[in-house]
Amino acid sequence: MKPSLETLRSALLASLFFGIFIFIWYALTVPRSGDRAIFELSEEEVAQLDELGMAMEDRLYYLESGLDFEQLWQLAEMQFTREEIEMAGGIEAFGFQRQENGEAEVRSHFPTPGQVFSVGWEMIRDPFYDNGPNDKGIGLQLAYSLRRVALGFGLAVLVAIPLGFIMGMSRLFSEALMPFVQILKPISPLAWMPLALYTIKDAEQSSIFVIFICSVWPLLINTMFGVATVRKDWLAIGRTLELGRFQMAGQIILPAAAPTVFTGMKISIGISWLVIVAAEMLIGGTGMGYFVWNEWNGLNIDSMIVAIFVIGVVGYVLDWIIGFGQKAVRYVD
Amino acid sequence: MKTDKFVLVENLSKCFPQPKKQELVVFDKVSFGIQKGEFICCIGHSGCGKSTIMNVLAGLEKPTSGAAILDGREIAGPGLEKAVVFQNHSLLPWKTVLKNVMFAVGARHPDWSRGQIREHSQKYLDLVGLAHASDQKPHQLSGGMKQRVGIARAFALESPLLLMDEPFGALDALTRGTIQEELLKIWGQTKQTVFMITHDVDEAILLSDRIFLMTNGPRARVAEAVEVSIPRPRKRAEIVHHPDYYTIRNHLVDFLVSRSKELSGSRAGEVTGEDLPSDTPVFPPNVDPVKLARKVS
Ligand SMILES: Nc1ncnc2c1ncn2[C@@H]1O[C@H](COP(=O)(O)OP(=O)(O)OP(=O)(O)O)[C@@H](O)[C@H]1O
Ligand SMILES: [Mg+2]
Repeated sequence: MKPSLETLRSALLASLFFGIFIFIWYALTVPRSGDRAIFELSEEEVAQLDELGMAMEDRLYYLESGLDFEQLWQLAEMQFTREEIEMAGGIEAFGFQRQENGEAEVRSHFPTPGQVFSVGWEMIRDPFYDNGPNDKGIGLQLAYSLRRVALGFGLAVLVAIPLGFIMGMSRLFSEALMPFVQILKPISPLAWMPLALYTIKDAEQSSIFVIFICSVWPLLINTMFGVATVRKDWLAIGRTLELGRFQMAGQIILPAAAPTVFTGMKISIGISWLVIVAAEMLIGGTGMGYFVWNEWNGLNIDSMIVAIFVIGVVGYVLDWIIGFGQKAVRYVD
Repeated sequence: MKTDKFVLVENLSKCFPQPKKQELVVFDKVSFGIQKGEFICCIGHSGCGKSTIMNVLAGLEKPTSGAAILDGREIAGPGLEKAVVFQNHSLLPWKTVLKNVMFAVGARHPDWSRGQIREHSQKYLDLVGLAHASDQKPHQLSGGMKQRVGIARAFALESPLLLMDEPFGALDALTRGTIQEELLKIWGQTKQTVFMITHDVDEAILLSDRIFLMTNGPRARVAEAVEVSIPRPRKRAEIVHHPDYYTIRNHLVDFLVSRSKELSGSRAGEVTGEDLPSDTPVFPPNVDPVKLARKVS
């Protein structure tokens, strides 16, 4: 398809929208003189505070209040809860002064577009570095997530397409199995996770299972529907030509149902990608979900935003890949 | 059952259950026989059950009672010995025109090489004037072109029994004439037995050995089988000069206009003479078929 005036116009409009979005973002986040400073903590600093028993919410609250690591550490050492500190008259009563703007690590509440872009550029320039469990490149994290999705989704395809075929061909099977499908389909991935972790024990396999169990249903239902609604006329052609069982399935039913099956695949891969990010936040360790959670823990809002954006782009790419298959099997009736 | 007939239909009835109503008896106790190599056209008003009878002969539909016998054996299901041209073309939309025909030829001759199958299929596409459209998908074709692909597919099967449901309905007069001639040529060579449904009286006279006339449904019957006594080979332009032509034609039109209704025993006022299918050719062209029929009777 060559770019027409239409596509050019929509591209221009899209750029305009993007420009407006960036401008509003910038206008809302540009640092002002009265802003409180928020300090950035490194992984080790967070680990030290954790060791002293400071809760994450407290840590974020004090950082928001403009304290630096030194002061947080002192607070943690004192072993007071936040209520106790509040009752004693707040952090000022303990002699802590808010740091003023102007130091190197200081940043405003929410990163500006420029900050996010430069952090994003850094992350994308070196995506595969590996400095231990809590510091891996975004490319590596992405690879972990994609691997899980590929396995879970692949398993779903292997199960759903043959089973959907059987259910589509046989009223008996579809009516017998539909109640189970209807009940299992609306269960949230977060509800499956604990059960999976308990029974499977292994976190990696649990996340793959959860992807499987959540993405199998749309694919199953679409395959079944596609097979069950193959036009009677086309089946009649096969019957008059005395096609065998397998020829009938492969030459008539499969090509006729393929577009519907691919629509199911699109829905399924989308669900897989949603599920994996949520699952990785729960199980931790590796992957995009864990990465987002980890950046949030360290209050690295800028790299968190980059990660969120990458999740969106990769989801789009996955959909686009399935779209290729969809285009290959599409027919106009 | 011992019989000299190639196709034998005995006391055939077909009912369709209707929700919250008495079941619909489409046709009731229909009996006829067809000789090997005979060309039969079936004429009747829309909805009288022509397609349903053909589907029973094709083995795609089970009769409610009675039997349909092909070559001494009861028709139990569809098969390659019965080629079908469907009323709604029924092409596989994901295959090209050529592949649609090749698919059928390949099923008929599993032992043939791909080249052989292609050549045979191409030959029949040429015959219906679609050589140039081989690589197109059905949705890129006009209605008449689709119909011709369906015809090519059925011809290419060279089955002993050829069943056609209004195969030339969507064609213009010129294409229709050409394909009718091709059909007669193929039929002359292969000596297939043909059962064809049509609404075109002139087409029926040109092609058939006998014409089955069906009464209106429900409970339709094959009321008559009209012998077409005009000798073969027939030419479209010449048969009209045959002394029997208008006798037969008037008889057919008269049947469609009034007797199909009377004989069906259907309730008065349900079908009128004006229900004559609009595509039924009228000859001479400026004479109202209803008046014509009245004059003759
Ligand atoms: N599957 C079905 N279920 C219920 N009724 C049906 C079914 N198929 C056909 N009929 C009914 O049977 C009757 C005959 O249908 P059929 O298609 O055989 O008519 P036809 O003579 O071929 O008409 P036309 O000339 O318009 O093609 C119609 O009244 C139709 O409503
Ligand atoms: Mg019909």
